[in-house]
Amino acid sequence: MTIRTLLAVSAFLAATPALAGSAQHAVLARYAAEAKTADPGFTGFSAERGKALFHAKFATGKPDTPSCTTCHTENPKQEGRTRAGKIVPPLALSVKADRYSDFAETEKWFGRNCDSVIGRTCTPVEKGDFISYMITQ
Amino acid sequence: MRRISIAAAAAAVLLATGGLAWADRHHQRGAASSASVDPIYLKECGSCHMAFQPQFLPVRSWQAVMNDLADHFGENASLGETTRQAILTYLQANAGDAPGSNTRLLRGLASSKTPLRITETPYWVREHQKEVRPSAFLDPKVKSKANCIACHVNAQQGIYEGD
Ligand code: HEC
Ligand code: HEC
Ligand code: HEC
Repeated sequence: MTIRTLLAVSAFLAATPALAGSAQHAVLARYAAEAKTADPGFTGFSAERGKALFHAKFATGKPDTPSCTTCHTENPKQEGRTRAGKIVPPLALSVKADRYSDFAETEKWFGRNCDSVIGRTCTPVEKGDFISYMITQ
Repeated sequence: MRRISIAAAAAAVLLATGGLAWADRHHQRGAASSASVDPIYLKECGSCHMAFQPQFLPVRSWQAVMNDLADHFGENASLGETTRQAILTYLQANAGDAPGSNTRLLRGLASSKTPLRITETPYWVREHQKEVRPSAFLDPKVKSKANCIACHVNAQQGIYEGD
């Protein structure tokens, strides 16, 4: 990453709340760089859009998982349950401080869950929006 | 045969009573089923449900499961190829019909059958038919037959026995 993209990227992140540490910033910076590459007109992530994605109901994915909330519940601060009944710790950073701190792990789950729920991969903007929402929660 | 009526996870209490741990008894035989569980398997196959003991299914079943992770019981459970291979190797080496393993858990399973579910093997069906009412699996605390831990609190340690 060049200095210039790095600076450009940090401008998008300036508004991220104090809750998020350097690990979350690094993950967001990678998605911001990807978003910028895909669309030079990219102007930043939106927690509002992330919230909408989290609550949206889709008919394009696998039938048993129409929404992120199917497993994560409507409240990101609450623990969820998988279809097999296993507890999923909350997605809100305020409740689980190590969320979105390991790019490979976060990527793996976006890869699986976006496919199960929406029937496609999520874009870098959608991933950044989603994390931007969760780190305010 | 003792008849147990299960009020959801209350079954756990019944299962905690005495007896040699199932794992201890059955894992002793043969190096193949060593008691140490692969940490990669625990992490990658233990996030949506417990990491089931490989002994519950034959090699051919694990191969089938591991070859279709993108459509895994209605979900995408994909893994990177290196991780997938490592887990498959572990499962094959410790499957119920791996060399040196005790095939008790596969009793009654026709060699022409390749079940994808433990809960569809004749052994599992037999054990649960006797003592578990079908409605127990529908309890919201249980949700699924695959939620072994709801009833067998120490299932991840390989302990299933009641008495
Ligand atoms: C079928 C159940 C299920 C559905 C539906 C689901 N998730 Fe998840 N999600 C999980 C599980 C299980 C984990 C991994 C366990 C954990 O991290 O606590 C997880 C973890 C994640 C993570 C990793 C968080 C981290 O620590 O980095 C992200 C991101 C995520 N989910 C996003 C989503 C999004 C976005 C959707 C909707 C498009 C979604 N999930 C729908 C079950 C689900
Ligand atoms: C993204 C979530 C997810 C991950 C990760 C996952 N599974 Fe599953 N698995 C499921 C779901 C959902 C079911 C069906 C549960 C049900 O029917 O209640 C299931 C069921 C199973 C079953 C059958 C259980 C039964 O009913 O007897 C086996 C065996 C299994 N998984 C093996 C694996 C293995 C091996 C891995 C690791 C490579 C793995 N799973 C990882 C979601 C997952
Ligand atoms: C609704 C509760 C429930 C669920 C869910 C459940 N079991 Fe059981 N299981 C029982 C009961 C009750 C018995 C019989 C009581 C006993 O053996 O003490 C039993 C017996 C067994 C036994 C025989 C134990 C012995 O005596 O050697 C095994 C092995 C076993 N279960 C494995 C599993 C596995 C693996 C799963 C998940 C795939 C599972 N069970 C899910 C309730 C449950």
